[in-house]
Amino acid sequence: MAGSSSSSIMDNLFQRTLDDLIKSMRLQLLTESSFITKSIEDIRREIKSTDPQTKSTALQKLTYLSAIHGVDMSWAAFHVVEVMSSSLFSHKRIGYHAASVSFHDQTPVLLLITNQLRKDLSSTNHFHASLALHCLSTIATLDLARDLTPDLFNLLSSSRVFIRNRAIAVVLRVFDKYPDAVRVCFKRLVENLESSDPQVVTAVVGVFCELSCKDPRSYLPLAPEFYRILVDSKNNWVLIKVLKIFARLAPLEPRLGKRIVEPICEHIRRSGAKSLVFECVRTVITSLSDHESAVKLAVSKIRELLVDQDPNLRYLGLHALSVAAPKHLWAVLENKDAVVKSLDDEDSNIKIESLRLLMAMVSESNVVEISRVLLNYALKSDPEFCNEILGSILTTCGRNVYEIIVDFDWYVSLLGEMATIPHCQKGEEIENQLTDIGMRVKDARLQLVRVARDLLIDPALLGNVYLHRILCASAWVAGEYVELASNPLELIDALVQPRANLLPPSFRAVYINSVLKVLSFCLDCYINQDEGTASSYCSNFAGRHSEMSDVKKDTETPELAATCESSTYEQDEDFNPRHSTAESSDDLSVENGIDRVVTRFSKRNFTHESVVSLLNRIESIFGSLTANQDVEVLERARNILAFVQLIKADIIDNSGQNVDKKYTQVSTVIKSIRDAFSMELGPVSVSAQGRVAVPDGLVLKENLDDLKAICGDTEPPSSSSFYAGGPHFGTTLDASSSNPLKNAESGPSNESTSLLEHRKRHGLYYLASDKSETIPDDYPPANDPKSNSNEADELAKLTEQSLLLRKKTNQMKSRPVVVKLDDGDVAPIPYKRPEPRDSSLSGAIKEALLGSETHQSLSLDKSSTKRKGKKKQGTNIPSEMKENLGDAEKLDPENLNSSSKSKERRRRGKEKIVEGEESDQRGKKKSSHRHGRHKTHQRANSPLNVVSQTPVIPDFLL
Amino acid sequence: MGIRFVLMVNKQGQTRLAQYYEYLTVEERRTLEGEIVRKCLARNEHQCSFVEHRNYKIVYRRYASLFFLVGVDDGENELAILEFIHLLVETMDRHFGNVCELDIMFHLEKVHFMLEEMVMNGCIVETGKANILTPIQLMDKTS
Repeated sequence: MAGSSSSSIMDNLFQRTLDDLIKSMRLQLLTESSFITKSIEDIRREIKSTDPQTKSTALQKLTYLSAIHGVDMSWAAFHVVEVMSSSLFSHKRIGYHAASVSFHDQTPVLLLITNQLRKDLSSTNHFHASLALHCLSTIATLDLARDLTPDLFNLLSSSRVFIRNRAIAVVLRVFDKYPDAVRVCFKRLVENLESSDPQVVTAVVGVFCELSCKDPRSYLPLAPEFYRILVDSKNNWVLIKVLKIFARLAPLEPRLGKRIVEPICEHIRRSGAKSLVFECVRTVITSLSDHESAVKLAVSKIRELLVDQDPNLRYLGLHALSVAAPKHLWAVLENKDAVVKSLDDEDSNIKIESLRLLMAMVSESNVVEISRVLLNYALKSDPEFCNEILGSILTTCGRNVYEIIVDFDWYVSLLGEMATIPHCQKGEEIENQLTDIGMRVKDARLQLVRVARDLLIDPALLGNVYLHRILCASAWVAGEYVELASNPLELIDALVQPRANLLPPSFRAVYINSVLKVLSFCLDCYINQDEGTASSYCSNFAGRHSEMSDVKKDTETPELAATCESSTYEQDEDFNPRHSTAESSDDLSVENGIDRVVTRFSKRNFTHESVVSLLNRIESIFGSLTANQDVEVLERARNILAFVQLIKADIIDNSGQNVDKKYTQVSTVIKSIRDAFSMELGPVSVSAQGRVAVPDGLVLKENLDDLKAICGDTEPPSSSSFYAGGPHFGTTLDASSSNPLKNAESGPSNESTSLLEHRKRHGLYYLASDKSETIPDDYPPANDPKSNSNEADELAKLTEQSLLLRKKTNQMKSRPVVVKLDDGDVAPIPYKRPEPRDSSLSGAIKEALLGSETHQSLSLDKSSTKRKGKKKQGTNIPSEMKENLGDAEKLDPENLNSSSKSKERRRRGKEKIVEGEESDQRGKKKSSHRHGRHKTHQRANSPLNVVSQTPVIPDFLL
Repeated sequence: MGIRFVLMVNKQGQTRLAQYYEYLTVEERRTLEGEIVRKCLARNEHQCSFVEHRNYKIVYRRYASLFFLVGVDDGENELAILEFIHLLVETMDRHFGNVCELDIMFHLEKVHFMLEEMVMNGCIVETGKANILTPIQLMDKTS
């Protein structure tokens, strides 16, 4: 006993205060972390002291360390409670502050503080009460809120303003946690709106502003009070909050807009406070867009902001414009010069805002031009903004299943062009769109294959990891739609080029699978053509066959492949894939002046030797892949090899003379492989998985946490592939996934020889090589950015032309069919989130408002005789109001539905939509599944504002 | 909730005050502060004072060596928050007299107290300097 008390005295004497702590930390005698560790040790000892001074100082230090240096203080929760219960204000304050910093809903000791809080709330010392209120406002839980609601109720009408406005602010948290408190406290809260004390009004308006976020409709009956504040208040803070409330109420009740528009315009004209003016402007453009003169006034204010020196105001001006854009495109047009100028701003935030605005202007008629200019802009921007631009083009164009795209050939080429921009990091999105367009838009496939070919054929692109996904998609497209390719052999060459081993295994596997598709297609063509027109080729083959049979003994030797290839490709030696992005091979052949090429090369003509050499080459290349570590790659490579070996002998044996007989066996094999790929793939609905019944015995929701312990330390591989880690592959999992070069080839010597050999054969796939054998990794510029020096002017001109919403007369072709699924296969992109509905809270508030209307009016009568008449009318509202609100809510889904249908109809006029029977059934289903469907429709059609209903809501403002 | 947090950070990126109006774990706070500080301190005075980060909008202002960063909801009035920051600085200035970083470091509690007077639960409840300072002066007198 003596020992402990003496130690506590010692502690007290030599305890470091918070000031000491801060000072010695500034001296930095120790490193920060070791100093903190040491201090925490001290605190842990001191905080157990029986001396309240020592204890509270220790807690104070701990709170400081926690707030500034992020030290955990959850272990001290009980000590916090102890210090809170001190009767000394200075100690109590430390305790309460610590509690509000460190307590949260799960803190166990919260159960212990209810009585302490109650005691302090009802304390005569209003500083004590204030501390408790502050604490409650940050840590109140359901239990605390429920237990302390009566005390709070008392404080709401406290005569001390100091306490009352704090109690009002606490109400927000209490309502949130315990909606039933509304029944008790709401009436008093509303009474406070009438208060003559500005402090109280500030607090209560703040609370209503937050409450009205959730369910604005419930607060419509309070509109007269808010209106009075809007007109009378001189406090800008309060006015801003009231404006926010009105911005939410006005769309619900058209007559309200008429009343408030004049006072708001008055504020815009009169007020010198930019914050208030800006808030007025924002309110007008969001909620009062029907009032033309007000909008004009607001837009003129926006213009002032746009040309201001202050970047803050410029930013806000752009922000306001983008809010206005959907309803008032003219406002954007009027200020387009300023918007375009902002694209060059020093501040990236302003640039992004201006980009958003430009994207808001995009429509069917100008998407081509705007994208073109933005793409040029992206070329010379810094990587971050470049990707911002690319991202927004992709999202805008891809929205609602490519709603605004008419010319898909153009768009597909644009995607290809994006991929070649050096900073492009949007691989995933471009990948998705390329495959998606392939599946959805039949007419775009030809161009898609061309673009894919151009991307695949360029070895430089393989060096950029961000593009791997795009290349993967290109490979898939090339394989899937190979029948549209102008030169399938070229595709195979591109797919098997040595640098393909830079790809991660999962993408490599796609490449290999595409090779199989293209190969089977080529063979199929070859055999069919032989069967059909065999005789014409016979003479051709006869001569060559002798030399073929000579070399066939050593088919694996590269020389053979080399000779065959050189003969196949000699005619386009000077062909450079980079300069012919949009040209088809037909143009090319004409260019070269060799007409023969067309016959030999164009789609369906394969010579016997080219096919044989192709088979040989594939065999030699995929032979090396059979030692690959990745099972996906391994298996697909083996599949191809097996296929080639199966048919090769037969094909080579054929002298070409009596093809039709001998090919029968091979052709059935090829045909069956071909058939396997012939089924067209379509888009898959996101909800498709949901329609698959879960088989018996399959537990989908089983807790897999146990697995974490097992695979916690290993990072999941980026691909969904497995690794066959054989004994001779010493590499770890991580190394193999991060270093594709190492594992893709079985050995370095093998790689270099194959590379050299490939290079020799296909010089055309490489950029002019240096003396050294290094492959250039850097990018050639996709477009020359220098030529677009006067970007801003160009864009300005462009916007001038294209934003006039003119009809495009020279539209050559109509929009192709875009396959859509019935139930919104892509998650619709919400323009605006559906309002969160806090049903219990809003229900309680409605009840409180409507139920207490009579009380309220009584109290109001007392307070203002002038408005007695107005209020009288107000008292008639409740019953009527209740019904109306109910009606309104019932009406809601129907309104949404009908408007969505009309939208649908409009769209159908423009384009053909392959849509299921959903729209027909919609009407029937509506009645039975109203509630469920309501939600989905609201999401799907969220661009619609909540349509203002016409039920009779009495005019509160008369 | 309007204001979600108030931070004061010096030029070196050290946090001098952190007041949150919603519960975040210590770890979450540290990462959030780190991200915001990196983002905002890299900007120059010709750039605007508003930064979007995660689902917050950060409104910041620099006074001498100290950055005042306020995280708000998206709908909050940015200019009003700038005024709020200025009001806070003026209030501190009136109390400390030529307020500097050291004042805030050594009187963190008082600054917290001022903030509590001004903001409750993320709502601005008091904007009069005198009203904000009265309780603090009373406390100074009694202690």
